[in-house]
Formats: sequence, C-alpha cells, structure tokens
Amino acid sequence: MYQTTYHCPSSVEEAAALFGKGSDSKYLAGGHTLIPVMKQRLAAPSDVIDLGKIKELVGIEVSADALIIKAATTYFDILRSAEAKKAIPAIVHLASVLGDPQVRYRGTIGGSIANNDPAADFPAAVLALGATVKTNKRSISADDFFKGLFATALDDGEIITAISFPNPAKAGYSKMRHPASRFALTGVFVVKTKSGDVRVAATGASQDGVMRVPAVEAALKANWAPGALENVTISAEGLLSDIHGSSSYRANLVKVMAQRAVTAAG
Amino acid sequence: MSTVNLTVNGKPVSANVEDRTLLVNLLRDHLNLTGTHVGCDTSQCGACVVHIDGQAVKSCTVLAGQASGANVTTIEGISNGDELHPMQAAFRDNHGLQCGYCTPGMIMSAIDIVNRYGGKLDEDTVRHELEGNICRCTGYHNIVKSVLDAAGRMSVAQAAE
Repeated sequence: MYQTTYHCPSSVEEAAALFGKGSDSKYLAGGHTLIPVMKQRLAAPSDVIDLGKIKELVGIEVSADALIIKAATTYFDILRSAEAKKAIPAIVHLASVLGDPQVRYRGTIGGSIANNDPAADFPAAVLALGATVKTNKRSISADDFFKGLFATALDDGEIITAISFPNPAKAGYSKMRHPASRFALTGVFVVKTKSGDVRVAATGASQDGVMRVPAVEAALKANWAPGALENVTISAEGLLSDIHGSSSYRANLVKVMAQRAVTAAG
Repeated sequence: MSTVNLTVNGKPVSANVEDRTLLVNLLRDHLNLTGTHVGCDTSQCGACVVHIDGQAVKSCTVLAGQASGANVTTIEGISNGDELHPMQAAFRDNHGLQCGYCTPGMIMSAIDIVNRYGGKLDEDTVRHELEGNICRCTGYHNIVKSVLDAAGRMSVAQAAE
C-alpha cells in the first residue's frame, strides 16, 4: 500500500470539507473493498476519510411506509435488526448471505452501493425495491443511481447518508454464492409493490452491473408464481462470462434465482 | 505518521505509525503480538482475526487508525495466566489443530460465535459461521467438535459466575 493520510471526522459536514482539501481523496466506510484495492496498489488515495465513526450515519429507522437504513450501518446491524426483519425480511436475508461473519461486522450498506461492484448484493435490493438514495446534497431514485460497472450518479465528494426502502407487498432474494468469495455469481431480488407493480433486479449477471429484468417482471406481473417463469428465456447478450460461469449459465441463473426468490417471497 | 491510542488485551497502548499501517501490522510488528497471523492478506482466510470491541474482524483489512480508541483482544489476551481459555482447551483436547497456522483466527472467531449463540449452537451453525476461516489441515471436523465442546464449557463457566 502506498502512503496515505487517514482522517476520522465526526460529522458529514467535516468529512465533505476534508474530502475537498485532499488532492485525491477517497471515503472509507467498512474498508473491505477500499483497503484490499489499496493493498493491490490499484488505488492510491492521497487522503482516506473514514465515514465509519460518524454517528449520524449509523442506525435503522422505520416510518409508516418505509425502512430507512443509514449509510454507515453495518451488515451485521442490519441482519440482527428486529425493525428491518419486520419491515422487509428479504433485506435481512440478503445481509445474512453476504460475505462472511467478519466481513458482515465491517461492511456497510452505503459502501456497497457507492462502490457498485457488479456482483454486490445490496444494489439489487436498492434497485428492485425502488429505494431512494439520500446524500448530503440531494435524493436520488434507484433508477437514476446506478450507472454501470463501479459507477453511480454520485458527484465527486458526495456522501450517501441513508437509503429509504418503500415497504413492498412482497419481496424475496435468492443468490447463487460463489463458494470462495461469497459474491453473487448471480443474485435476483424480486418485489411486488403495494400498488401491484413488479420490479426485479439481478446482480452478478450483467457486464454493466445491477440490472432490471423486464422479461421476468412481465411474467410475474401476470402471475406471481415460480411456475410463471418456466417459459421465460433470458438473453445471454451482455452478461458476464468468466472462469466461474459462462454468460448463458448466468442467463439461466437469473431465471432460476428469480423463481427461488418468488418462492421465498411467498 | 499518526499516533494511535487503543487498548490491547486490557492494556492502554500508544503507537506512532504510518497512516497506511494495518491493524495486523501494528499488532505484530510494533507490539510484538505475533500470535495473530497473516495468511492470505486478502480478507479471505481469517488467520488474522482479532476482536475489536468484542467483534471478530479480519485485522489485515482494518487500518490501525480505524481501531483508534477501540478495545482490541488478540489470541495472547484470552487465557487467564497459565489457564487456557475454554476455547483453547477444547481445541487442545479435541485435536482441533494440526499445523496451527489458522488456529489463532479460528479461536477468536469461535469465541465470537459462542458469544453470539450461547447454548443454541449446533453443528450446522458452527460450520456456517466458520466460513470466514480457512484451515488446510484438519478438514474442519475436529475444529467443529472443539467449538461445540467449548460452547458447553463456556456456558458452564458463565453459569458459575
């Protein structure tokens, strides 16, 4: 790892000010992506600004119609949250199959979606549930937030403060875990909204990162049942292909994981 | 360089280290606590697991500065003098280690598992919860046996307190 300067601000405002002062600043949340990347010397930020100890960024709240998870809340705190489990159990399930116990103690929801790894789990939940990403500057809808591989709508220095998930009528997540890395070889989050709309997002599948799956959405809107997807074909075009699985394998996984997610959602 | 103040195994520690220093390097190279191992150095294997404020984390993926103000416990800090921690004793009694390289991380993770589950541990849960710790010798069988044995000993010890 190259030299860097570590900062530990106590407020979002202070963090944003520190970011502006560094020549090439990076925010650090749980650190389980940024630190490995710095060790590999693929990133060499002049300044590392730790968001993990900012109290206003940690916590889970429920309103009448939404679950609000603040950005620096860890996966561990999400998966043991009774409020989250009551509001949207699929999110708690997603947090429980993410990484390993040690990673879940450190990793944060805000870090996951800001990084937008093409195989990360939380982008699928954010996109399928039609969540709103709140930052220190504005609110961004999930449909506008994810911009392709490791890219988001965030401006340089902008800080995610919370994610607000509207409570769905039904939601489920199913994932084929890579056995070594535990990333999603493909994971699918299915949602039936309270207005009867169906939104489905897949992670780990597309070369452009998290994606909606219109064919699955249309079939499930007509009939919310695993069997409704029997005759649906997912195109392998634009899907990831690597040593772990070909694009056609992943295309099939999108369908199978969607079926399992519908079963889990009930 | 920055001064990092933290508590390690119950003792206050102050170290002047480069900001890029990882917690595992602070422990091993500056405090000579070499029981915490570096295996993969990519947060996969779990040989470097220590407790930060009671939570089992991979110290190869934490900057020393992030642990500032925290209470860190390493494998050196769990025995009571010459008396092994019940988890250490169970690993010895159940042949839960062979080469021993992964053992400090296994034990720190296992203590965290027992702390979270208490007496409700079963074999499936132990195997699932140990997925962040890799052992290349034992085939895990005796590690799982050790953790289950220690869970019993630890709940007896807690009940006696």
